[in-house]
Amino acid sequence: MSKQKKWLLSCIAIAAFLAIVYVLEATIPKSSQWSMLFTVLEKGSIYALVAVSMNLVNGFTGLFSLGQAGFMLIGAYAYAIFTIPVEQRAAVYQYFDGGLVQFTLPVIVSILIAGLVAAAFAFLIGLPVLRLKSDYLAIATLGFAEIIRAIFQWNTLGPITNGSNLLRKFYTYDSALYPIIACGICIAIIVLLINSSYGRAFKAIREDEIAAEAMGINLFKHKQMSFVISSFFAGVGGALLAMFQTTIQASAFKAAMTYEFLLIVVIGGMGSVTGSVIASYLFIACREWWLRFLDAETYIGDFKVPLLRAGFRNVVFAVIIMIIVLFYRKGIMGTNEFSWDALIRWFKNLPKNIKSIPGRIKNIPNKFKRKSKKEAQINE
Amino acid sequence: MLKIENLNVHYGGIHALRGVNMHIQEGKIISLIGANGAGKSTTLKSIMGLVDKSAGSVIYKGEDITKAQTIDIVKKGISLTPEGRRVFPDLTVKENLLLGAYLRKDKAEIKKDLEMVYGLFPRLLEREWQIAATLSGGEQQMLAVGRSLMSKPQLLMMDEPSLGLAPIIVKSIFEIIKEINKNGVSVLLIEQNAKAALEISDYAYVLETGTVVLEGPGKELITNDQVRKAYLGA
Repeated sequence: MSKQKKWLLSCIAIAAFLAIVYVLEATIPKSSQWSMLFTVLEKGSIYALVAVSMNLVNGFTGLFSLGQAGFMLIGAYAYAIFTIPVEQRAAVYQYFDGGLVQFTLPVIVSILIAGLVAAAFAFLIGLPVLRLKSDYLAIATLGFAEIIRAIFQWNTLGPITNGSNLLRKFYTYDSALYPIIACGICIAIIVLLINSSYGRAFKAIREDEIAAEAMGINLFKHKQMSFVISSFFAGVGGALLAMFQTTIQASAFKAAMTYEFLLIVVIGGMGSVTGSVIASYLFIACREWWLRFLDAETYIGDFKVPLLRAGFRNVVFAVIIMIIVLFYRKGIMGTNEFSWDALIRWFKNLPKNIKSIPGRIKNIPNKFKRKSKKEAQINE
Repeated sequence: MLKIENLNVHYGGIHALRGVNMHIQEGKIISLIGANGAGKSTTLKSIMGLVDKSAGSVIYKGEDITKAQTIDIVKKGISLTPEGRRVFPDLTVKENLLLGAYLRKDKAEIKKDLEMVYGLFPRLLEREWQIAATLSGGEQQMLAVGRSLMSKPQLLMMDEPSLGLAPIIVKSIFEIIKEINKNGVSVLLIEQNAKAALEISDYAYVLETGTVVLEGPGKELITNDQVRKAYLGA
């Protein structure tokens, strides 16, 4: 297929998708259970943006960073603080005499500021932290996120952050199209970056630091760049999440949130933007919609279905991640990306693949055998 | 072209290089031979600025680059093909080559050099879109050499290009080294395969436990008794 044709096809697909969302939004009433679809589309897009930004650092640059929730928190707060209407501030900051900030900025400007503030924090903590390797970097960034959360809940900063109280009444969007388009643009920018010579340098660092350095790639500068850009988009993601939730509170941005993104990145495939996006929608759809029934006590006639009760959803997620780590280590996409050619090939091979499923299931015990042999060799 | 004086390197408590002196003349192939742990790789890495030097100086074209950053050294025209090839395994052949030209901005020239490398190694052109990890050992070595050439070096330093390769491929790699040299690139070669290296080099240094114990034109060293006993197994 020619390049032009692919471009045309992509444009048509995107336009069709947006049109379908627009029509569905106009026809599905808010009360119907199908309105969950919009939750999935909105939150899924936001999660996709943050997951892709995390993938940029973890999957493409090979830095194990767990600070995403912290940067989202900074972005969400920066956005909220600058967009609460002045006349509402007295009500929101009721314990702090209306707060210190007494002006509002346009929404787009606030979203950009949200990203820039997160990026500035990333730059500062990157200076010491990015000199650490692997697990140590993960611990340091995780610690940073927790500290940020504590600072934003600190009463002394209340006139700005409203302490541990909710921030609310800031501007929010009224159509699912806004977050979808905003996240789409951001992800497109990240993809352009990954395909540029900077992106190649990031991948080189991931693969072999010494060889990368011998090529004349400045390791620290590029790690810093990847980290700051990733945090910028996490900050934007935080701002969009604030809009989605309509209220925000620092206590929600726990380490558990970062793990959700880590889960998405691993399920989607480390080093695949497409994988992260698919996994985000899947994860949100399962958590918010399809697997909800697991948390509800269910009766069939007089029989109470065992195990189903509040919290069981998380158990199922834990099992899913174990299955993925054991059998599907590369995730949905590995390091591959979406392409029309691959999609057409996939549909062509579908009948063959379905036929081979029984054989593959039979092979699962062998997989275990082979692995244990390999491990035994390593242990020797 | 490159002058190394009294180079000293410490790894923690280990004194790896004890005052190495070398002189690399423009347009020549110079080889550095010696046993494992003699300090050959350390010498190259310290020229590249990849390890810290504790004393001594490195002068490149009259300019002191002892304390320069790796990125500036690459910009000045020195390139290293690291030991064990170290290609980027999950990137394609083309991406690997383009990374070699990372510091260059002249797109047209880069394209020309890419064609030059493909001319030198037609195998790489055949496998342009293949992931580097799927190449054979010899092809990976070709890729590593090609990648170094993409930075348009005036001095190419190669760390054991024959490591783990079949004899016939080693031969072709050495042919290529000669060809690269003919195109005006000076070569500093580290080799375990002392005989092959000495045969193609204009001048050679023998390194033992961090000091140069012997030096001379390559053809003379081949006949040197000391060298024959220690490195040529005769």
